[in-house]
Amino acid sequence: MYTVADLKKGLKITIDGAPYIVTQFEFAKPGKGQALYRTKMKNMITGSTLDRTYRSGETFEPAHLVDRKMQFLYKEDEHYCFMDNETFEQIHVDESAVGDARNYLIDNLPVEVLLFGEKAIGIDVPNFVNLRVTQTDPWVKGDTSGSDSKPATVETGYVLRVPPFIEEGELITIDTRTGEYSTRVKG
Amino acid sequence: MTLNWPLSRKRESLAARAHIISEIRSFFSEGGYLEVETPLRIPAPAPESHIDAIPSLDWYLQTSPEICMKRMLAAGYERLFQISHCWREGERGTLHVPEFTMLEWYRSDSDYLDLMNECESLLRSVAEATGLGYKIGRKGVTVDLEGEWERLTVRDAFVRYGGMSMEKALERDIFDEVMVERIEPYLGFDRPTFIHDYPAERSALARLKADDPSVAERFELYIAGIELANAFSELTDPKEQRRRFLDEREYRQDSGKRVYPLPESFLEELAQLPPSAGIALGVDRLVMLFTGAETIDQVVAFTPEEL
Repeated sequence: MYTVADLKKGLKITIDGAPYIVTQFEFAKPGKGQALYRTKMKNMITGSTLDRTYRSGETFEPAHLVDRKMQFLYKEDEHYCFMDNETFEQIHVDESAVGDARNYLIDNLPVEVLLFGEKAIGIDVPNFVNLRVTQTDPWVKGDTSGSDSKPATVETGYVLRVPPFIEEGELITIDTRTGEYSTRVKG
Repeated sequence: MTLNWPLSRKRESLAARAHIISEIRSFFSEGGYLEVETPLRIPAPAPESHIDAIPSLDWYLQTSPEICMKRMLAAGYERLFQISHCWREGERGTLHVPEFTMLEWYRSDSDYLDLMNECESLLRSVAEATGLGYKIGRKGVTVDLEGEWERLTVRDAFVRYGGMSMEKALERDIFDEVMVERIEPYLGFDRPTFIHDYPAERSALARLKADDPSVAERFELYIAGIELANAFSELTDPKEQRRRFLDEREYRQDSGKRVYPLPESFLEELAQLPPSAGIALGVDRLVMLFTGAETIDQVVAFTPEEL
């Protein structure tokens, strides 16, 4: 059982028997009023969205999903292929179910495939993934402010903002929960 | 150790923050206000239904300096301001951190309309003195501080945007939901909005309107969808104040919330309070507006998660 305090982006709950994922979450508290938890949720099967506002004290059932440990093999057309680490069974997952995880999928990346019954409906990647920078402009010499950033493309094609000192070919760690740069991998 | 990059990136907004706070101080000292510091740790915060104080040994961290500052007003200090930290349990979001910075100011022989005017002067003065400018850009909109600001009653806002009367929303117990979902998205765009005359039951420390006691002389200032300040003409009747505190306390008790002792010294001295008005303005949010920040995280050196 979850409470409103557990609500955050990515939480998976059951509403009317269907699995939903929280896609947006905002804490609101109008002046002198009560705390409200505004959420946008996506039905993980149909993709339809739902806006709900909750009050303190409300509770939620977790979504009834099964996680299977797999690794990413390759992409083919609109499908992503994953292999079960124990049974070596391979499954294909639709691009729409892969979602933002596509930004981090490199060969052999360990993932958790979410199954609702037999259907793969989502991919959970590790919180931190190391990816190589394939393109970024060089740092302009003399800029020592250390406070601005520049765009960089990583090996999956994902583009994010990185500190100016990051160079092409370097390995960086990305926080997959926010999609943001975390640290530079030394060595 | 690698550089804490997210922290180093806050330099610009933290510099703007320091500049804004220093201009706030100049504005009030030029206006004849005395800057005060009252204790942050207090035995009895105001018992408001939806504001939860964080315990500190057998006392509490203040949720606002209101009680102490009004005791000073009652003791004859006419104009006071304070910039201090306040704590509210469980408040965390893009506009909330549980420990935040509040500017409060109080003036005797004044009412909430005087404070509306003073808010306008303060923000224009900060905009000009810091060079941050009159145009506030946030979430793709620009709000101009220079023109006339909107003044809208809560009752009119419910009819115009809420799709139901204020009374209906109160009766159905969805006042807050309608405010957040339907009304707030329209407040303070193009120009700042003072939304005023809140229902009496939502204004535990405010004076009721003489010609319509169903509402209180209380306003909130919204700019670009951000609720920036809350103000009211002060209630000066100790008996009425005690009755309202007991109501709020009963609500807290019934909903299983922590119950605080009543601020007895405050209630005793309230009889000496001259007609006056007071206001609380979120400093972090003010910095957000002037720097165009999306979240409060960008304008505080450390969020709780970063500690």
